[in-house]
This record gives sequence, structure tokens and C-alpha cells, in this order.
Amino acid sequence: MTEIKKMTIVEAINLALHDAMEADPTVLILGEEVGDVQEGGVMGVTKGLSTKYGEDRVKSTPISEQAIIGAAIGAAVGGYKPVAEIMLMNFIAVPMDMIVNHAAKLRFMSGGQTGVPMVIRTMTGSGFSTGGQHSDYLEAWFAHTAGIKVVAPSTPNDAYGLMRAAIDDPDPVLFIENLPSYWTPAPFTKTIVPIGKAKVAREGSDVTIIAHSLMVTHSLAVAEKLAADGISVEVVDLRTISPWDRETVIASVRKTGRAVVVHEAVKQFGIGAEIASVITEELWGTLKGPVQRVGAAYSAVPFSKPLEQAHAPTPDSIGVAVQAALA
Amino acid sequence: MSNYPKPDAATLLEIYKKAALIKQNDERVIKQMMAGKLVMPYYSPRGQEIIPSALSVSLTDDDYICTIYRGIHDMLAKGFPLDALWAELAGRVTGTCKGKGGPMHLTCPEKGMMVTTGIVGSSMPIATGLGWAAKLDGKNRVSVANFGDGAANIGAFHESMNMAAVWKLPVIFLCQNNLYAEHTSIAYSRVVEKISERAAGYGMPGVTVNGNDPDEMYGAAKVAIDRARAGEGPTLIEAMTFRFNGHLLGESGGYMDKDLYADAQTKDPMPILRARLVTEGIASEETLKAIEADIDARIDAALTAAMDAPFPDLAELKRDVFAEEIA
Repeated sequence: MTEIKKMTIVEAINLALHDAMEADPTVLILGEEVGDVQEGGVMGVTKGLSTKYGEDRVKSTPISEQAIIGAAIGAAVGGYKPVAEIMLMNFIAVPMDMIVNHAAKLRFMSGGQTGVPMVIRTMTGSGFSTGGQHSDYLEAWFAHTAGIKVVAPSTPNDAYGLMRAAIDDPDPVLFIENLPSYWTPAPFTKTIVPIGKAKVAREGSDVTIIAHSLMVTHSLAVAEKLAADGISVEVVDLRTISPWDRETVIASVRKTGRAVVVHEAVKQFGIGAEIASVITEELWGTLKGPVQRVGAAYSAVPFSKPLEQAHAPTPDSIGVAVQAALA
Repeated sequence: MSNYPKPDAATLLEIYKKAALIKQNDERVIKQMMAGKLVMPYYSPRGQEIIPSALSVSLTDDDYICTIYRGIHDMLAKGFPLDALWAELAGRVTGTCKGKGGPMHLTCPEKGMMVTTGIVGSSMPIATGLGWAAKLDGKNRVSVANFGDGAANIGAFHESMNMAAVWKLPVIFLCQNNLYAEHTSIAYSRVVEKISERAAGYGMPGVTVNGNDPDEMYGAAKVAIDRARAGEGPTLIEAMTFRFNGHLLGESGGYMDKDLYADAQTKDPMPILRARLVTEGIASEETLKAIEADIDARIDAALTAAMDAPFPDLAELKRDVFAEEIA
């Protein structure tokens, strides 16, 4: 636990990759433009790695998503720990066969003879007017698939700690990075964050908000605002979406009696449905009201600014759902 | 082909032993299925025996192969243990994948058989990654991607060949062209005469050989394997062949050209090679009979052991989803 300085999520992930490659020669990086010749990717997350660890271990690839994920699977089955980048989450639709049919299933289908210890890094998040094909949250696709873990950090600390844990995990991990929070500096402590453990980001007694990624930041802002009105909101940051930490979530809702599940993905069939359902099953009789869900509108992410802002949850729309839970 | 190396007498006999094992095993599988003692989707490799047999004599256990649902011949040629194979086909816990993979997902890492995929075109990206691992290992391993002519039309074929060429990986792309992609004749799916012509687009050697001819197949495979081991990069081999039992065992094959089918049967590679061994004095009729009787006895033993073995415990449902069992 070494206090270093304030850091952004971009810097924290970069540091995690550096530290992992330094600690373990089997850690590899691949993806479009990840090398230093290409300036370490469009966001610079992998900057410095190819210079330090060589182009055998840090491979800039052609724009070939199936081959990127396939190469990562092959390298993983062959004894390495690749970290593959799929630049934006929407592009993950291209190598879905590789992820869902192969990475997620090879351990099971081989009866445990092979494993796929790889990480897929991907970035997303609305707010940059990129329209329908560059900013979706698609975590539910993967949470629904047995055999792949899904994590989504909301702070630089968690970004570092979850990345280190994901690289060392014996199974495939999808690592979802939120673009709009990329460059916000926050106090940084170098620590490993275990996969599968949620965090109570703020304690409260009246209602629990369960969120991940940027929605944690929004939820904390809502909690702060409602505190002035005498409403005490507890915020649980899932950190790992699958397998999610039922214990922490249930303990929190058992305490507050009310729950609001928030995610940036489209509300219909989203992970909020699963979480709300489990809370209801576990705490029926204890709950003081129905579990509320907040998600994006049932549409593609729109381009036009007012539409884009109305599409995804905001602190205001989360606040409305909290009030509904308290009503 | 004239400048290709040719198999010597001992190697030719070795090729026959592997091919005979494949043929006799296939006949036994079909017999068991017809008797209702084995229920599974089965893609018979009958007619394609020579291809992996002539390839595998130049491979070691350390070399990697990825294959597809019609791949039981590839595995038997590379030394897949018969007991574990039959137990897996029967869904027994003693199967190589504990009965959880089945005929389309056979895996045996100690013999280098890392992935069997049921998705057309998916063997190539993963074999490319294994080629990357092989190159990093520095052990002169090669990685073979088996696939059919149908797979040559999916995007992953092109992405993988390009990536393997750009990265100069020790990968052999082995297209077993049996003229039919499921029920679709190759005439409907490409305009170039040969699939191997596509190698030119990726700057790698591409060669079409009669895959049913052990001399041609051995020579082409040997050249490609030596080239890969020498660090000179990938090769595409198109091995022409014919499948005698249609796509999925039990279908009528009404889509197949009757004249072509009849002609192919007159060119059945198995009796041709067998007769050649006798004519050239490589093995006597008695020797071959003894070899075949020994194979039958080994299959008998494997079959009996498989049918006597228990089914997997229901707890296996939760096992191998992840390395660690999750509640």
C-alpha cells in the first residue's frame, strides 16, 4: 500500500500493465495501435510498453478483431497471459464468436484441461456525440455467458487493482473502461482489488444504490445532494459485474430496505433485471418498496446533444428513481 | 511437386498405420451409432485419412494443432489416446474432457491437440495465437490450423492468414478441401480455381496438392513444417480430398454430384495405399493384416472400457466454468 499521487484512470491502467509485464514475462499485449510507433493507442493507455518490453510482447495488430481475440486465446491456451484491446466496446460484436464460443467455453468443454487466462480491455461511454456505434454498454451480453468474468472500475484505484487481478486470473476477463471518466485525477493507492468483490462507496441508511463504472460517480453526486435534504443514501460500487457480489449487495439492502439499480446500458434485459430479481427473492418481506431500475432509453445512442443527454441516466434521473424508492 | 521430399518406406508404412487406424475407427463408430449404442452428431472423416496421416509423421507431441468438428482423423493421426477418445464419444467421465466436450470439442493438450471447434472458420485465429506462443517459446514448435473449404470463406480465414504472415508465425493453414461446405458444393462459393491462390494476397506460399496421395501430402507438409520451424513464416496448403459419408452422418447426400461421387469412390485412397505397400514390397499382406487386427483389438478394448465407465457426476455442471468453482 504505497501512496503515490493523484492519478487518472488512463495512467492507472498504464501503470498496471507496466507492473504486470515487469512482474511476469508471460504477460503480453495486443491490439490495434497499442505500440509506441502508433503512440500507444488512440487514448495512449498502452504508451511506453512496446519500448520497454519489446515488440514480441507488445503487438500492434491490423484491424482484425477476430484475429486479435483468436490470437489472444491461442496464446493463452499456449501458456501466456495476453491482454487484448478491442478499441471500443461496440467493435466487440465483430469477435463475438471468439469470445463467447471459445474464450468463455474452452475450459468447460475441455473438462478443465485447457484454460484461457486472458484479459479483453475495451472502452465505452456516451457523452462525446459519437452516435450509435461507438458508445454502448454491452456488459449484459457477457454477464449472460457462463465462463467469462466482467469488471468495470469507477476509480483509478480500482482500475489499477482490478487490472492486476484480471491479468492474474486464470480465466478470461472482460475489462470495461469508461471513456468520460478517463482523465479525472483522483488520489491513488497501489493495491490489488479482488475480482468478485463489491465496495460500499458511501454508507447510508435510507436507500441503497447499486451501480458500476461512471454511474457510481453519478450516484455519489446524487447521494451528496440528497444528504442536504436529510436522505441517507448508501452507494454500492459493483466493480465486478459477473460474478457479482450478492453478499455485499444483499447486506446493504437488508440494512436500508430500499434499492435502486443503475447502469448506463439500455434498461430492458440489462443486468439491473438480474440484480433486482435476486434482491426481491432474497429480501421479500424485508423490502419497504419495489426495487427501482435506472438504465438508458430503449434506443441506440443518439448523436444530437439533447437526445444523447436524455438517453443515458444522469444524476437527475437517478435522483428521481431514489425518490420513487422512498415514496 | 517433383521437388518435394518423398516419404521413405518406413514413413509410408507409418502413414498407413495412422490412416488404417482412422478408417477402422470410423467404421466402428458408425457401427456403434447404427446399433444405437452411441448417440451423437458425427462428421465422418472417411476418405480424408491420408491428409493428417502424411502430415503427422513430421510433427511431434510438442507441436500444436487446432481442428474442427470433422477432425477425429486429425487427432488419431497425432496420437490421441483411444481410451479417452471413446469414453468422450460415449459421454463418460473417463473421457478426455470428462464427457463435457463430446465429438466436436475433443482436447488433449499432452498430444498438442489444444482446440477442437464446432464453429466453421474458428480454428484459424486460435491456431495463429498458438503460433505466436510457439514463437515466443523458442522451441521450434509449429501450429497447424485444420479447416475445410467452407471455412476459407469466412472473415477469420483472411484475418488470420494476414496476421500470421505479418508476424511471420510458424503456422500451417491446412485446408482439407473435400469439395462440399456442409451441403453446398464449392462451385457455389468461390470463383478462383484454387483456394491456395488466396495465399498470394497475404504474401505466403500457397500450394494445392492431392491430399489423398501420401507422397504429395507428405512433401507439401514437410516443406511447410520445415519452413515454419526455420522461422520463415506460414504456409497455406490446400489438400484436395473427398468425404464419402456426406456432411453429418445419416444425411442422404442428395446435393452431391452422383458421377463425382462414383468417381471419387474409385479413387478411395485407402485400398490404393494398401495395395501400393504390397506391390512395392514395403509390407506383406500378412504384415498388414496383423497391423489391422491389432488396431481392431485396441478399438475393442477402448470401446468396452468406455461403455463400462460411469457418466460424469452432476456436480460437473458447475465445475470448469471457471478455474475456481463459483456458487
